[in-house]
Amino acid sequence: MKEPIRYLSLCGLLGYGYSPVSLENALKEKLDFVGVDAGSTDPGPYYLGSGKGFVKRLQVKRDLALILPHIKERNIPLIIGSAGGSGARPHVESVLDIIGEICREQQLSFKTAVIYSDLPVEFLRKAADGHLFPCGGSPEFAPEKTERLCNPVAQFGTEPIIEALKGGAGIIVAGRCCDTAVFASYPIWKGFDPGLALHAAKIAECGALCARPVGANDSLVVEMYENYFTVEPPNPARCCTPDSVAAHSLYEQPDPNCFYEPEGKIDLSGCSFEALSERKVKVSGSTLIPAEKVTTKLEGAEQAGFRSITIAGLRDPSAIKHLAEIEAGVRSAVAESATFVKPGEYSLRFLRYGVDAVTGANEAPEENFPREVGLVIEAIAPSQEQADALIGLARSKALHQGFPERKATAGNLAFPFSPSDFSGGAVYEFSLYHLTDLPIEFNVEMKVIS
Amino acid sequence: MRVYDEAFVCRSKNAGPFQVTIDLMFSTAEKFHKVLSSANFTAEKIAELYHVSADKVAIKPFERILTVKVVLPRSSSSGAPLDSDVYGSQQHFPLGDLEI
Repeated sequence: MKEPIRYLSLCGLLGYGYSPVSLENALKEKLDFVGVDAGSTDPGPYYLGSGKGFVKRLQVKRDLALILPHIKERNIPLIIGSAGGSGARPHVESVLDIIGEICREQQLSFKTAVIYSDLPVEFLRKAADGHLFPCGGSPEFAPEKTERLCNPVAQFGTEPIIEALKGGAGIIVAGRCCDTAVFASYPIWKGFDPGLALHAAKIAECGALCARPVGANDSLVVEMYENYFTVEPPNPARCCTPDSVAAHSLYEQPDPNCFYEPEGKIDLSGCSFEALSERKVKVSGSTLIPAEKVTTKLEGAEQAGFRSITIAGLRDPSAIKHLAEIEAGVRSAVAESATFVKPGEYSLRFLRYGVDAVTGANEAPEENFPREVGLVIEAIAPSQEQADALIGLARSKALHQGFPERKATAGNLAFPFSPSDFSGGAVYEFSLYHLTDLPIEFNVEMKVIS
Repeated sequence: MRVYDEAFVCRSKNAGPFQVTIDLMFSTAEKFHKVLSSANFTAEKIAELYHVSADKVAIKPFERILTVKVVLPRSSSSGAPLDSDVYGSQQHFPLGDLEI
């Protein structure tokens, strides 16, 4: 009989917070390790492209400062996945910096394993030559984009983390990795069934999102046994039920019956969920069908110019009715005045909140005009200076643009703020979201942080 | 009745930056089957609503928890210059208005 493993998923995303009560309860029994995922592509490509985190430094520091003394005291590892949000080198460095600051403040020191997942351009050139395959609906990769990619990374699985665990790391700061690798590495290393370990990890990586009330901002305790695993939120205010856990398989996944990881396909069709108490659920029957060919998912963002926006409201019924004419007038006036940027190199967008800004062309605007409309005008241009100037032009033109039946001749827009325009910085888009069949080596670097 | 009236959960979210997934959860097996078997609830009809091609629309029933998942391609990838919903969390319409 194998000694069961008990682990804590701190929260759904490092920096989202967790209840101190959860931590206190989770620590009442033995823990083998603590894990927390920090990554997501959900907030969009800006964060990967720019090297910045989408969770603020103080949020991350709060979450780490609470747990670090406990893992030190118990001598158990903390595994942080996709550090800094997107897991590229600047993101990883930012988390190492925060850990260093906490160590100095609390007089702690940790043997720390750092696993980078950045891809050199030489590798990408090779991959672009027939070794990149679209994934999750991405289009074919255009090789000319190779040199333009910002912070391209590869998502590693459990192997490098297992290597770091074997090396005796107290903290593992992983670059971009699969969410499941954070929680499945330790059980797989200890010989537990990889299908169960990966399914448990898939649930654990979202913290208490599988509980009711849902909480990405709270913890989850997982226990691994030979033929099943259990999940239970350590916060008594939440509970896991068979339905709440089963439903989690749906979340952000294209298929509720299976998911794919570098290790293979995890088949959930034979899975069963059983209540062990009012708050604890037993899961069994998840199986791993090993991948015939190992593939690795790559991510990279490409810069698409700089953004500037202005925000305003409209109340005048005639202005609202003639918004399309106002827009057309602004576009042609901007085209005439914007001699500082080539016509094909900038874009203007009118987001009409209250009319069709959210679902766009997928829904016809309603016949009756709303009483008020929120307007966001956006300019994207090759430089921030150009985008700012474009939005300055567009804003002043929109304020004074004439249209049929105009009665409010002093101005068309209510600006809530002064200044009325905002520089949005660089704009990115995901252009690398592909699988490669080329082997990639992920090195584990050990260092002491104190 | 519209899809939005029949389902007790009607939500959308990114499934990666290039796809959106819409989850419809039902309180009874009757409602679940009623929606699934409706002549309106087809990949072709949904593709038309979202201006995408029908072969890229997947309808995946998950009877265990009386849920139907619909997967759609995004018209522009999450956060790209033309996107209007970075998390994809308000794209359950127009599907929500589909008459069953």
